[in-house]
Amino acid sequence: MSDPRTGSGERGVVSLFAGLSLRGKRVVWAWSFLAVPIVFYVAVRFYPTANAALISFQDWNLLGERTWTGLDNYATLLADPVFWKVLGNTFLYLLIGTPTSLVLAFVVAWQLDKVRFLHGTIRALYFLPFMTSAVAMAWVWRWFYQPVPIGLFNNLLATFGISQIAFLNSTSHALPSVLAPAVWAGLGFQVIIFMAGLRAIPKTYYEAAHIDGVSSWTILTEITLPLLKPTIVFLVVFSSIGFLRIFDHVFNMTTNNPGGPLNSTKPLVLMIYDTAFNSFDMGYAAAQTVVLFLILLVISLLQLRLLRDR
Amino acid sequence: MAATTDELTVRASSSALLKSGGTVRRLRRRGQTIRWLLLFAGGVAMVMPLAYMLSTSFKFPFEVYELNLIPEEPTLENYAYVLGDGRFMQWFWNSTLIATLTTISNVLFDSLVGYTLCKFDFRGRNVVFIAILSTLMIPTEMLVIPWYLMSQQFGWLDTTWGIMFPGLMTAFGVFLMKQFFESVPDDFLEAARIDGLNELQIWWSVAMPLVRPALAALAIFVFLGNWTAFIWPLIVTNSQDMYTLPVGLTTFSVEQSVEWELIMTGAAISVLPTLLVFLLFQRFIIRGVVMAGLKG
Repeated sequence: MSDPRTGSGERGVVSLFAGLSLRGKRVVWAWSFLAVPIVFYVAVRFYPTANAALISFQDWNLLGERTWTGLDNYATLLADPVFWKVLGNTFLYLLIGTPTSLVLAFVVAWQLDKVRFLHGTIRALYFLPFMTSAVAMAWVWRWFYQPVPIGLFNNLLATFGISQIAFLNSTSHALPSVLAPAVWAGLGFQVIIFMAGLRAIPKTYYEAAHIDGVSSWTILTEITLPLLKPTIVFLVVFSSIGFLRIFDHVFNMTTNNPGGPLNSTKPLVLMIYDTAFNSFDMGYAAAQTVVLFLILLVISLLQLRLLRDR
Repeated sequence: MAATTDELTVRASSSALLKSGGTVRRLRRRGQTIRWLLLFAGGVAMVMPLAYMLSTSFKFPFEVYELNLIPEEPTLENYAYVLGDGRFMQWFWNSTLIATLTTISNVLFDSLVGYTLCKFDFRGRNVVFIAILSTLMIPTEMLVIPWYLMSQQFGWLDTTWGIMFPGLMTAFGVFLMKQFFESVPDDFLEAARIDGLNELQIWWSVAMPLVRPALAALAIFVFLGNWTAFIWPLIVTNSQDMYTLPVGLTTFSVEQSVEWELIMTGAAISVLPTLLVFLLFQRFIIRGVVMAGLKG
């Protein structure tokens, strides 16, 4: 500390550091490790979130001036019949997609758990679609859905003499048709997670149940499912969030008429994309993103609540 | 004499037991066979879309609408056509570059942050951790508008950096790595400290090698996520040279509209790399997915 150069320039910093206690040095290390990440999280996560909320109270077409409009965007949203249609669609994706994929995945995992022969191969078959991109698979399925003589599904139906189905051209069939590849691609992931959950249940529970001569249905409802609760809650939330944010499949399967026919497949994220990057109505789009954020927030909080009740 | 009768009774009853055990076993085996067949059929159905995509990419137009999986006259013409003008090569390269750089960044920064939050004791640690974790609740879709404005302001539109910057770090990765660093004993780190290593060296050469499986799991997730990412690259890119594979495939497919064999070829090109990686490292990837899924 008697060094006259202390306190000036680089050497000063170094000796200042050297003068710190061991604990103090570690604190300095910790903050220097965190410095770049903190800048990143503030600039690329927190600031944009605040900015999106701010823009939702403004009217702005990207070129002109930003003007404050208070709650106008939200009022427009509530009065917009398209918004209600879109919100309904978004929840339809969730309400059909989540139960369907969870039940399918559970049945597969539950049965596959009892199979040894070629276990790994079968598991791989179910998992492979998870490794694909939604865009590529949306086009594959879009081809399958075409009318005869093009589409695979309708060709198959024709071979068996069953009448044709207008998958993507019907307002009632289009939404489930768009949803199917999303369920298909996510199934493998859920199977794997369910199997890990099943493995974690202690074998002694099953042995005890067998000794007591309990039926396999009772074992399922009284042992397996209750003990799988954390896994089920995780998968419900994970897949719900995924279905609420569906976009890639819809966008690619309805490029000629995005979200069509007659908005019957349009989810919230597609409406946001359209409003922001086709109509350049940034304020209105930002208000829609805030609504999406609030919906996802409620679902995440529900998960925390459910897991805590355990 | 009495003993032999007893023995006989025992033998008779045990053979009866065995016999009934045999039927149970046979029934169980039949159930097992049916279960196996159903599961296998389901698995085959799962890969059918992939099989038809691949098979069609090797078919001539005249065969495209047939249901046969093995092309009568296999051809590479579709691949020659799709790769011919070099656009797919460019998109493939863009996707590879972006997914690789983003993965490296995540592996480094997420683990550094996870390590710091796990192994250092300082005031504000919990605040930082909760702040980072809370970003998990913010959907990408809410951020794309501000990111777009930011990119416009800084001239990042239509650049590699512009596509990459939002994904350079993820809260999911931080959380995952923090969980795994918990299992690294503090004694190891203390020993290295006594040996005179500085904190950066301890993290890199002592702690990191111990969590290699977790790093691999993180890398798989980040790479796959960026390889298939669609909405942000769609928004931030304008020129075809900057497209990533998914955005390029969308544009290409819209152009072709009815040439399904060409669209299938494009789709095959964009999913084959990840499918091959999976087939090569299957066990490893599934373990990684379970790890990331359960701990993350």
